[in-house]
Amino acid sequence: MSNDKKSENKDTQWPLWEVFTQPRDGKPHQHAGSLHAPDAEKALENARDVYARRKEAVNLWVVPSEEIVASKGEDAGPFFDPADDKPYRHPQFYDVPRSTKRRS
Amino acid sequence: MSEESTNKKTFQERIDNGETIEPKDDMPDRYRQQLIRMMSQHAHSEVVGMLPEGNWITRAPSLRRKMILLSKVQDEAGHGLYLYSATETLGASRKEVINQLLEGKAKYSSIFNYPTLSWADVAVIGWLVDGAAIINQTMLARSSYGPYSRAMVRICKEESFHKKQGYEMVAQMADGTSEQQEMIQDAVDRWWWPTLMMFGPHDEDSPNSEELIKWGVKSKTNDELRQSFVDRHVQEAHTVGLEIPDPDLEYNEETGHWEFGEIDWDEFWNVVKGNGPMNKQRMKARREAHENGEWVREAAEEYARKQKLSKEKAS
Repeated sequence: MSNDKKSENKDTQWPLWEVFTQPRDGKPHQHAGSLHAPDAEKALENARDVYARRKEAVNLWVVPSEEIVASKGEDAGPFFDPADDKPYRHPQFYDVPRSTKRRS
Repeated sequence: MSEESTNKKTFQERIDNGETIEPKDDMPDRYRQQLIRMMSQHAHSEVVGMLPEGNWITRAPSLRRKMILLSKVQDEAGHGLYLYSATETLGASRKEVINQLLEGKAKYSSIFNYPTLSWADVAVIGWLVDGAAIINQTMLARSSYGPYSRAMVRICKEESFHKKQGYEMVAQMADGTSEQQEMIQDAVDRWWWPTLMMFGPHDEDSPNSEELIKWGVKSKTNDELRQSFVDRHVQEAHTVGLEIPDPDLEYNEETGHWEFGEIDWDEFWNVVKGNGPMNKQRMKARREAHENGEWVREAAEEYARKQKLSKEKAS
């Protein structure tokens, strides 16, 4: 390691934040990307400058990346399996008298 | 079959099925490394690309052109950031990849090692260089790696503004005074060949292409991309009455493509190896920007620390 101040990159490596943009009122927030910032306030400002320069958002969320807990990609199948056993959760499961079906 | 090769097979099957690979998915180490190399190089190119144009912000010929150029240069910074963030999803740290650039270990697009001699160069960079970037990036928007392809979708939307403002300026100058016409033709003469080099070596001399195509990172070869660039831009040049500086340029009625002359590959490799006209200046400017920006980073950190303290006191 060099002690030469000039050659050393004294980058602070601020915490990483995930940015979510809400494209329009009433729409869900969507992941847009991430950025580094020293605190939430600056993260919001940076997110506006980077991910919302062209009216991509009416609202922004910033979340510390390390706070996000995600399911594992490789066990996507088994993890969501129970959904398959419960067809009765879907309206298609139920039979109703024909005559009531297509009333306009 | 070893466990490792079983994993590799599944990975290739996923790619062949057109599935998108996400950061936490299993991936061969080589795929990860190739993507880190390619994406960080792309990020560096966006950031270094601000230098030749930033040079002209103070000398823009009108307020309109100045506003446009400011926005464009700001976009390039944003593109760099999208790409650095996407690279980080592969486990590379921002500090690490930026250090590789500052220490001269990482490459960036050789096009930015050419000087911008007149205002017409700003027009031609928008038209040709950003035009070339769009062709490359439209393909990468279908890349197999999710974060890369999503960053590209966003970049392409902004890049089309860059190309269009450039072509508008090119058209205006080509339709201007004889002095303006000479300026713009001169800029086209200087930038045409370096832009063709942006797509990289011939397919047979491109060591990474085959692997990147196999993994669905790229879907077209360097030569295919170069051809579609030539077809589109020759047409656009002729529309505004500009000449392409290539005596061998000829339209092939049968294939529907413009055939063009041989690229000076000695010049290409020379610039790639760091001996282009502006390599040293660009790296010097980039290093100085990083060092001179240090106080801003320190100030932001200190401000955040004080804000946090005063919030704690208040509660």
